[in-house]
Amino acid sequence: MLKQTENIIEVKNLVKKFGDFVANDNLTFDVKQGEIFGFLGANGAGKTTALKILSGLSFPTSGIVQVAGFDVYREREKVKKNIGYMSQKFSLYEDLTVKENIRFYGGIYGLSGKYIKEKTEDLLKRLKMENIKDSLIKSLPLGWKQKIAFSVAIFHNPKIVFLDEPTGGVDPITRRDFWELIYEASDSGITVFVTTHYMDEAEYCDRVCIMDQGRIEAMDTPALLKNQYNAKNMDEVFIQIAR
Amino acid sequence: MNEIAVEVKGLKKSYDKVDAVKGVSFSVSKGELFGLIGPDGAGKTSILRILTTLILPNEGSANILGYDVVKDYKKIRNNIGYMPQRFSLYQDLSVEENLEFFAQVFGTTVKENYDLIKDIYIQIEPFKNRLAGKLSGGMKQKLALCCALIHSPDILILDEPTTGVDAVSRKEFWEMLIRLKLKGITIIVSTPYMDEANLCDRVALIQNGTIMKIDKPASITSEFGRMLWAIKSENIYKLIQDLRQFEFIDTVYPFGEFIHITSKSNNMDTNSLISLLKGNNHSKIEILEIQPNIEDCFMALMNN
Repeated sequence: MLKQTENIIEVKNLVKKFGDFVANDNLTFDVKQGEIFGFLGANGAGKTTALKILSGLSFPTSGIVQVAGFDVYREREKVKKNIGYMSQKFSLYEDLTVKENIRFYGGIYGLSGKYIKEKTEDLLKRLKMENIKDSLIKSLPLGWKQKIAFSVAIFHNPKIVFLDEPTGGVDPITRRDFWELIYEASDSGITVFVTTHYMDEAEYCDRVCIMDQGRIEAMDTPALLKNQYNAKNMDEVFIQIAR
Repeated sequence: MNEIAVEVKGLKKSYDKVDAVKGVSFSVSKGELFGLIGPDGAGKTSILRILTTLILPNEGSANILGYDVVKDYKKIRNNIGYMPQRFSLYQDLSVEENLEFFAQVFGTTVKENYDLIKDIYIQIEPFKNRLAGKLSGGMKQKLALCCALIHSPDILILDEPTTGVDAVSRKEFWEMLIRLKLKGITIIVSTPYMDEANLCDRVALIQNGTIMKIDKPASITSEFGRMLWAIKSENIYKLIQDLRQFEFIDTVYPFGEFIHITSKSNNMDTNSLISLLKGNNHSKIEILEIQPNIEDCFMALMNN
């Protein structure tokens, strides 16, 4: 896939310590604009810590971290305006309707009422969800919620969207539908930074980074990693690195 | 052999207006490793909570070792080990204290059944004085398994023990389950990960409160009943979209670096497909006929 070569995330010698514990041990990597970047690692490898720093929720102990051209130490609010975030655990208000959730998030990002209204109609049409726009989120199947949550996360047209295990527990068809939304976002120039435990999903990424015990152990395209580790699939690559 | 450990007939469960389990029947033999495979919301947890006598069914029956889940719940509770989906241990007790607590509740001691958990417990023993709440995900899971086993149950019931767990820990967990099975314990395990089906003796594929199929994993895949091809090119996203435009193509599902496709006629002239795709500017096209896996079968059953 042809990707623009401009870096949208630049991380150099990132260290994050909690007391004596080194959660991120000297991470250096770049993510290019429009890239689908997979961030893999065992539980406790340091993924969430790095994700929090990149999204402006936590300060690094040391190192340089630039996200969408902004410095995470001094320009956290600008970082937040330029990113979207979706996690498996929390994303939408269950007691609000589909439309209300969209309006709420649009408002938080400071979008105008007129813009929100127009874009909401457009979005509902694309998701084929016009008939459920006034349904409460809690009444919808998990797969639908996740599609809405993703659309809400990119509603303000951010440069980067962070997805933390977005497809956990959904059925195999919905999981694939969800990845098509990811491809579509990437195609429109949004950079997608995604963590997952499904190794087949690692194959859908342009590049993957595999963390182990706070360090980056491998980073490349899935094809080159498989080649390098002489592995049939990403599952085998992952097991060789993390075991 | 083939003595029945668990027998479920016409089980139904609803909450308010939601029908979570819509008439489910299956049986599990003694010593079997039986998997309930399906996504969130399929009804797996409701079924397991009925089997563990924690909730009552609206209709149907379930028997465990000959005991009825409604009438004989006290007898059942002594004979089963249960690992719920969410971490079930006491966060502010240490590893050792948790284990001793569970042993005591079941009127036994850690010493008496230590053999059963030894393989697993030695992995967390170095941290036996640590509070359970301070353990890593993988270690919590091992402790929860030890606690579910400490009264030497005949049947072990595990609700999504590997959800949200990384590929390496998942593999290790299944190795533990297979060793427990060799010790004669009947195991019922639920999971949303389709690839774990192959590690079970038999599986029930479940979706929207209904079992779509029950069989040995190999029998399920052999009954797929259609030709299946895997195809890739340099631009997977465009390939998915282009394949969907062709009239003769039926299903198009990405699988890792490949896309799995079926055709409406169940035949495929792969050479002409390649030329068609070349005409759409695809390069490095590879296509091969493949055997379906459980996930292919699951999706085909969902579409039925």
